[in-house]
Amino acid sequence: MTKKPTLAVFKFASCDGCQLSLLDAEDELLAVAGAVEIAYFLEARTQQMDGPYDVGLVEGSITTAHDEKRIQEIRKQCRFLVTIGACATAGGIQALRNWANVDDFIDHVYAHPDYIQTLKTSTPVSDHVPVDFELRGCPINKYQLVELVASLVHGRKPRVPTYSVCLECKQRGTVCVAVARGIACLGPVTQAGCGAICPSYCRECFGCYGPNERANPISLSRHYQSVGVPSDHVVRLLRNFNAYAPAFRQASNDLQEANS
Amino acid sequence: MFVNKAPIKSYLSVGKSQLQSLIDGLHKLGYQTIGPRIVDGAIVYGELNAISDLPVGYVDWQDGGKYRLEPSDEAGHFDYVVGPDSLKKFLFPARETLLQSIRVDGTWNMATPDPAPHPLAVFGVRSCDLHALAIQDKVFLGGPYVDPGYQSRRNALFVVAVNCRRAAATCFCHSMKTGPAVEGGFDLALTELADRFVVQVGSTRGAEVMTNIEWTACTLQDIDDARSISKTLRDQMRTRAHNAETQRESELPRERHLDTTDIHDLLLDNLEHPRWSQVANRCLACANCTIVCPTCFCSSVSEVSDLSGDNVRRERAWDSCFTAEHSYMNTGTVRKTTASRYRQWLTHKLATWTDQFGTSGCVGCGRCITWCPVGIDLTEEVAAIRGDES
Repeated sequence: MTKKPTLAVFKFASCDGCQLSLLDAEDELLAVAGAVEIAYFLEARTQQMDGPYDVGLVEGSITTAHDEKRIQEIRKQCRFLVTIGACATAGGIQALRNWANVDDFIDHVYAHPDYIQTLKTSTPVSDHVPVDFELRGCPINKYQLVELVASLVHGRKPRVPTYSVCLECKQRGTVCVAVARGIACLGPVTQAGCGAICPSYCRECFGCYGPNERANPISLSRHYQSVGVPSDHVVRLLRNFNAYAPAFRQASNDLQEANS
Repeated sequence: MFVNKAPIKSYLSVGKSQLQSLIDGLHKLGYQTIGPRIVDGAIVYGELNAISDLPVGYVDWQDGGKYRLEPSDEAGHFDYVVGPDSLKKFLFPARETLLQSIRVDGTWNMATPDPAPHPLAVFGVRSCDLHALAIQDKVFLGGPYVDPGYQSRRNALFVVAVNCRRAAATCFCHSMKTGPAVEGGFDLALTELADRFVVQVGSTRGAEVMTNIEWTACTLQDIDDARSISKTLRDQMRTRAHNAETQRESELPRERHLDTTDIHDLLLDNLEHPRWSQVANRCLACANCTIVCPTCFCSSVSEVSDLSGDNVRRERAWDSCFTAEHSYMNTGTVRKTTASRYRQWLTHKLATWTDQFGTSGCVGCGRCITWCPVGIDLTEEVAAIRGDES
């Protein structure tokens, strides 16, 4: 390869945790910096190179009119556009506003609500522009991020499985918290990637990586209800970092409707 | 030291505390000892160095999607049945590097990791799992392509089997003719009596280990007592099919059995049965059933490279026919729907496995029922396809 591919990192409504995962790559960071030209990454580098870029990583969801315009411009500047994290991929925890009146929140939180200009919804990047790849997680996993960068550098498909967290639990030998303890866990409907951290501490999966391929949260929530888990508990579990991901959204809406 | 030569196939009477000598004896021969341990609310295989580490006095209660351990005054050393683990994790590990490639100055150096496994002795293996072991042997060692990693681990495995004294509601080894009595494929087999163990010697290695352990020859009465435990349990399990009516009215978990009559043709003649899409409405395609199954052997193989592309490892990991990646070919995923994946799994397990390996792929251990998060039960699915809703 004669010229290193250029990488740009953009931020929208988010906590910065996913961008930090790149800086957190520590052992691999120098290799990343050696493999790609970090052309635009405000959190890491003062120097900013103009586009177009080979790869754009987008963190955060679209929550303002300004965001709506900016993401269109970014799309034009990036050959590959990759969303990183639950906010950019599913709207994030802030998508809870999509079930409420955002003006009520603004009135409660801000001393001067009239300074705030925001949309009524928090939506994923893919609602606005075509996305080439979505890297899941809240936050993303640094090894998956390095794998993504490696795949882009070498021109191959990223090795990011779409199966459930259960496979990771079983691979590491964690006893199922749902079956052995009766804890309502989202693992069976959540995409792997974190390494199944929470169940290894006897806690439920909170669905940070969003619905897995063929996720069936409607069956899972029906089962949890049948063994005595209150329906509002299941709704709260589904309405987390990936609340607005279609499969979780539909299941929590169905549950709420059935109980209203 | 006590030296006493025990012939193969003999039955020995061994005091309960002598179990510790057995562990110690295996250590002396260089074995790492593994046995049932309680971890996070379930019986799993872990390191076993002292007899006091065993879950003595515990029983398990299993049903679709449910597993609970409870202390019981009547329970002995091994009165729980199978947990989520099986021998599979030792012989066919969750992740394994098959090949390592390093590029130096434009030249690739390839190396196959030497498995050189630690000799492993596993305590508490049940009859269903011994049958599962024989099935996995066929998969990994049969035919022209022998898996070298599996083979070396298999050769280094010492099996201390146990005859079950009770069955969980999810057990149906009696239907699959894989239990409950241990019949072969072990080095030593234990049957727990009130005051001692009856130990059956199954191999030369087993006999060698017993050489340094205190034992007496069993009387015919001892052997009868030991055998009647398995026989009583088997007879009890065989009444399940007839008790279905009373079972339905009770609050207790349904005791499983599976009618295997013509099961191969039954399933393959019903590939368009509406039941496949009904079960798919419940199925999460989460893969738990296949991963806990002691015979399921599917894996994915991927080339894992670092950023430079100079270090590439060929890695094999547990996979499942319930994932999209499993049936991915250059045109996409072949089995896109959950119904097609569930059907693939069940028809392979109970029908086409026989065409492929000359045996059923199911040993009736019931793990897929217990560890399914929503309690899908293959015995129920087969009954429904048979048109027998009971």
